[in-house]
Amino acid sequence: MKKLVLQTKKVNKYFKNPLPFHVLKDISMHVEEGEFVSIMGKSGCGKSTLLYILSTMDTDYEGDLFLDGQKLNGLNGEELAAIRNEKIGFVFQFHYLLAEFTVLENIMLPAKKLGKKSEKEILDDAMDTLRLLGIEEQAHKKASMISGGQKQRVAIARALINHPKIIMGDEPTGNLDSKNADNVFNIFKKLSDERGLSFLVVTHDEDFAKKTDRIISMGDGIIEE
Amino acid sequence: MSNFKIILSITRIHLLTRFKQTSIAALGVTFGIGTFIILVSFMTGLNSLLDGLVLNRTPHVRVYNEIKPSSKQAIEFANEYAEAFHVIYSIKPKLSQTRIHNALPMINAFLADERVKGISPQCAAQVFYLAGSLELNGRITGINVEEEVGLFNFQEYVVEGKPEDLIKTSNGVLLGAGIAKKMSLHLGDRIQVNSSSGGRFALKIVGIFQSGLAEIDDVQSYVNLRTAQTFLGEGKDYISDINIKLWDMEEAPSMAKEIEAQFNVSAIDIKTANAQFDTGTSIRNLITYAVSITLLVVAGFGIYNILNMLIYEKMNDIAILKATGFSGRDVQWIFLSQAFIIGLIGGILGLLLGFVVSVMIDNTPFVTDALPTITTYPIDYNPMYYIIGIVFALSSTFFAGYLPAKKAKNIDPVDIIRGQ
Repeated sequence: MKKLVLQTKKVNKYFKNPLPFHVLKDISMHVEEGEFVSIMGKSGCGKSTLLYILSTMDTDYEGDLFLDGQKLNGLNGEELAAIRNEKIGFVFQFHYLLAEFTVLENIMLPAKKLGKKSEKEILDDAMDTLRLLGIEEQAHKKASMISGGQKQRVAIARALINHPKIIMGDEPTGNLDSKNADNVFNIFKKLSDERGLSFLVVTHDEDFAKKTDRIISMGDGIIEE
Repeated sequence: MSNFKIILSITRIHLLTRFKQTSIAALGVTFGIGTFIILVSFMTGLNSLLDGLVLNRTPHVRVYNEIKPSSKQAIEFANEYAEAFHVIYSIKPKLSQTRIHNALPMINAFLADERVKGISPQCAAQVFYLAGSLELNGRITGINVEEEVGLFNFQEYVVEGKPEDLIKTSNGVLLGAGIAKKMSLHLGDRIQVNSSSGGRFALKIVGIFQSGLAEIDDVQSYVNLRTAQTFLGEGKDYISDINIKLWDMEEAPSMAKEIEAQFNVSAIDIKTANAQFDTGTSIRNLITYAVSITLLVVAGFGIYNILNMLIYEKMNDIAILKATGFSGRDVQWIFLSQAFIIGLIGGILGLLLGFVVSVMIDNTPFVTDALPTITTYPIDYNPMYYIIGIVFALSSTFFAGYLPAKKAKNIDPVDIIRGQ
């Protein structure tokens, strides 16, 4: 068996407001190194909730969470922020760029925060990534000045900049037309195949999901295999 | 450290892209600090002018021989009436000399005291200024010019001529401005003076003296100590007042008591004579600080408001920063440093504004008869006020930024991202 990048053991999550509600019930799942996994399920089944727990941003859950062999539950906010910075890349449905910063600054920000490379190396990295995604000519534009498809590619570039262990996407193609959606999938697939990156993507898009290595189907807080 | 640099770069972009709001927030601080500097410089300038008017001119201890009834009347010496209730009619002051008894040895004793900065003996005489057949009532005080100038800034009140000229001219006089006006006398003219004992003297006017108080300027003139003594037909030991200046004004009351007990003379200290001045100064200071603090609190609310709005606007940015690995504390510092920079820039501009306006006030003509040597409004450029100003600017903006920054720190990125 390949090395596990991400693993959960019996994760439970409750919403307390407005009524007590058991959202996630004993979720145990894993993502292997280099694996491209999608999570599908109808609205309200808890797939996004699961993703935010896996992303370390939501810490209000029961059960164990491992990333890259490290147990994450019990770490404090600072430590989790550092792990997100170094090991996890995010792509959201809405592009979520800093509108007042240039494309290049958006991409470089997580790497500067990590602080492991010099400014010059980060710049070279960022330009390489932009070139890989075919948007290098947008580098010095303000993030608010580029098109939706381009924004999503910039978001992917930002997710890639620190060479994370895993990239998580919450409906990364949900807001794009089919051409741009295919484009994003092809980029993910290429990165998965060529660089051995792991992907975990929550999606509604069945065509998208079918092309991934494995589909995790969720229904009402449990995993249906 | 690199963390700090990147936080500052985010801060910079936030501030610059909202240049208008940033400037308005900074202007609030500028206005508050500027007003503080202007108020405090002007008020303390005015205070020290007024204090100086009284305190510099007034001896710390004045020793004189007071004409008063004996504190122990004759009947009280009689043992057989010791238990009785005394009723004495028509008490008169005791007949004694108006000069200070044994003044010269007393002066030597004061000079030997290490608390004493200097002393200035005076000899006062009642006179009549003669203008034709008209006699104007007046008072001439014999002074030691060097001591008066050195200890009590006497030269500030000599509006024409120089006090030093008095030393060179033995029968010179520094004439009160009121008398000079009444008698149409000018520098270099001569004036006839009758002493109360009947002698007549011709004095040469070497200067005009103006205290600002008409009742003094209309009667008072100054001559050399020796001249005044000659006037009275008395010797060198005739001294009516001894003015003492101390190194430390606070010692005046105890010193006055000591002198009274030791030498059997009257001594009055500056604190007793001018108690109202201390009160006036502290109340003016209180008003200055109260107004300034109010202004800065208002400026602080402005900053609080703007940062709060900024944080609502920046919810998405905060969520992204947190999702990509910035901790709550990083986000808090982004907003705190914005408040800090607004405070710093606003504060420095405020100091500049305060300084420039102070200089303008300092150069505004201010002419008053009461203060003959003052030509412009007084300003106190104490650097301490500038330090207080910038410290206040930074601390008030820090507190104004603290709550919004704390809110930003605690924003849950999941709420923002899911909310869309």
